[in-house]
Amino acid sequence: MKKVGKPVFFIVALLIFALTALSFTGIYTQYGDITTTHIKGVQDVRWGIDIRGGVDVTFFPSGDYQATSAEMVAAEAVIRQRLLVQNITDYELYPDHDRNRIILRFPWRADEVDFNPIRAIEELGATAMLTFREGVEVDEYLRPAGHTAENIVLTGSDVASARADMIQNEFGVTEFVVDLVLHESGRQAFSEATGRMIGQQISIWMDDDMLSAPVVRSHLTDGRATISGDFTAEEAGRLADQITGGALPFSLETDNYNTISPTLGMGALQAMVLAGVIAFALISLYMVFQYRASGFVAVIGLVGQLGLMIAAVTGFFPFVPSFVLTLPGIAGIILSIAMGVDANIITAERIREELYQGKTLDGAVASGYRRAFTAIFDGNITVIIVAVILMGAFGPSGSLFASMLRPVFFMFGPTTAGAIYSFGYTLLVGVIANFVMGVFACRLMQRSLCRIGPMRNPWLFGGAR
Amino acid sequence: MKIPNFQFMANCKKFFIISAVLAIVILAATAVIGVDLDIQFSGGAIITYSYQGEIEAAEFARMAGELTGVNVSVQQSTDLASGIETLVISLPGAMSLTNDEMVRLDSGLIAAFPENAIQTESITNVSATMGGEFLAKCLVALGFASLLMIIYIAFRFKQIGGLSAGVMSVIGLVHDVLVVFGVHVLFGIPISGNFIAVVLAILGYSINDTIIVYDRIRENKKLFGDKLSLSDLVDRSINQSLRRTVNTTISTVAALAVVAIVAFIFNVDTILTFAFPLMVGLLSGVYSTIFIAGPLWVRWRERASALSA
Repeated sequence: MKKVGKPVFFIVALLIFALTALSFTGIYTQYGDITTTHIKGVQDVRWGIDIRGGVDVTFFPSGDYQATSAEMVAAEAVIRQRLLVQNITDYELYPDHDRNRIILRFPWRADEVDFNPIRAIEELGATAMLTFREGVEVDEYLRPAGHTAENIVLTGSDVASARADMIQNEFGVTEFVVDLVLHESGRQAFSEATGRMIGQQISIWMDDDMLSAPVVRSHLTDGRATISGDFTAEEAGRLADQITGGALPFSLETDNYNTISPTLGMGALQAMVLAGVIAFALISLYMVFQYRASGFVAVIGLVGQLGLMIAAVTGFFPFVPSFVLTLPGIAGIILSIAMGVDANIITAERIREELYQGKTLDGAVASGYRRAFTAIFDGNITVIIVAVILMGAFGPSGSLFASMLRPVFFMFGPTTAGAIYSFGYTLLVGVIANFVMGVFACRLMQRSLCRIGPMRNPWLFGGAR
Repeated sequence: MKIPNFQFMANCKKFFIISAVLAIVILAATAVIGVDLDIQFSGGAIITYSYQGEIEAAEFARMAGELTGVNVSVQQSTDLASGIETLVISLPGAMSLTNDEMVRLDSGLIAAFPENAIQTESITNVSATMGGEFLAKCLVALGFASLLMIIYIAFRFKQIGGLSAGVMSVIGLVHDVLVVFGVHVLFGIPISGNFIAVVLAILGYSINDTIIVYDRIRENKKLFGDKLSLSDLVDRSINQSLRRTVNTTISTVAALAVVAIVAFIFNVDTILTFAFPLMVGLLSGVYSTIFIAGPLWVRWRERASALSA
């Protein structure tokens, strides 16, 4: 085997410390009031709702209404619109069309002072009030005012369907539009209004929020209209879903939800961090005490493993998106650190055995790592199996692992156990980090360290004095 | 270096009896005490309110009962991590509230105790169907994980009769899962999503322990071939990996003990009910590896070769 140079130890150790420090601090630059994030640090961690508080709710149509898939998509659009209005952007929404359910998780806003989960859920699930109004007069809160407030042309129940469509306009350019078809009930009023208001705007509202305000181009008598306005395909689709949502004959109800206030969760987080620090210090002391130089190298490896895991959660690497970290997720980090400790102990014990069998220091270190590897490999693969099953079973239905495990969990809908999903993720990432740090980086450091003059003492690696 | 030389195989009957007695005690305790299924699985509602000043818990319970139309139980406690005084309402059975009913309860309580600045801290409200589905999914996840483990071990340990090794390690797992279950029953910890996470973690760890011993058996088999009897082979392998087993157990159990103690001091139930059973499960994992999975495997192989001879 090729020899590893003396400086390698210092280079690897330095790289590990730099990576770990960076993964905690991140890199930010400030220009005036604007902070730009170049590399994400611990402050960018997206804590789960069990830590920073929030709502986890499963909606279903009220009164046992058998909604179609299209109706559920429209209901989703209503929820998205309402979250947007409340400035909640960091939400997770999983539809389950087979069971007519919508699972929604969202954290409290950082500036929210009046935590009222019950009202929030009621507002999100209420029947959408869709209105078509004359003109676009608004008050200071952008709510309908004056003439617009008083003159309602159509309401949601007048709308038969709204669909996104693609047409070629008179210049031959492809445009995305929304095709609107009205029920008999709205035809008369719509015909009257469009006949009177050519060249003026009719505004479309959900609750108190304006969705769109198209200009009337012609007198529409047959209850059909086309809304155009430089839409992208996505915008046209969203507007169609929102209008359909406003015409739904049901509201969303729930008897299944969890909420927690931020104060309770943050206390738990601080306790976990404290426990983590104490546990890490204890393990480090024990490793150095038991295994001397091998233990010292192992602790550096563990620091690196921790850094990699933090990085995988914050979105430190551009190719790994940030991940919601819950309390079980933190437990997953602690457990994988323990797996890392085990890998290091197996190796250190092997080196010790090889030394007692009379091998030279270099030889003992090399063959110690080689012999320990199969055990570490098999042990870690089984943990990966567990982690993948957890992620597939309790993660969002569209994810890679969920698709892989579809044949096993086909009879179940997506579950709201985001906390367990987080546990699976940190366990998986932890085991991979353990391979990188505990096996690969530690071997490099160890083989380099045992060539440095004062360190060439078998006792330091577990041999006899 | 001295390799310890404990006679595990010679004493294996004693260990089997100890485990069998343990299993019987746990099952008997389950029959007597009963299993407390968390509302995550059974369905139900628990609502935590924070308050200021003085409140009579009985008065609060009476009011909440009037508003919901059922007999509720109320517990008064203090959240040490945040220092908040709380009242926890539990609904009877698997009853959960719709949002309309929740609104009535919430506004009714606020109106009834205007002096106390009552605020909703957390709500856990699970419908019975959703809970049952979650439990079923968890059990399928457990079964499927065990199956994959047997297949993986059978494949990786072909040289030492992989299928029997796989089956024996899973018997060790059943042992550990039973112990974790027993801890929940004896300490009155409800079976919740945490239980599933603990069991899956134990699955990985106990198998890891077992694999490290099997790995030694595989290696010694290569070194000694048929020169050693099966019992000596297993004894030797367990003894050789004993220092690793002890040191790893000390560090992982110490880490989990710290987590459990901190969680206990700060009254963080979700963590405590995770860390403590996991700690006991780890200890059981070590025991089952050394005293059950290894010896049982020897018995199986000896029986198998006696039959084929």
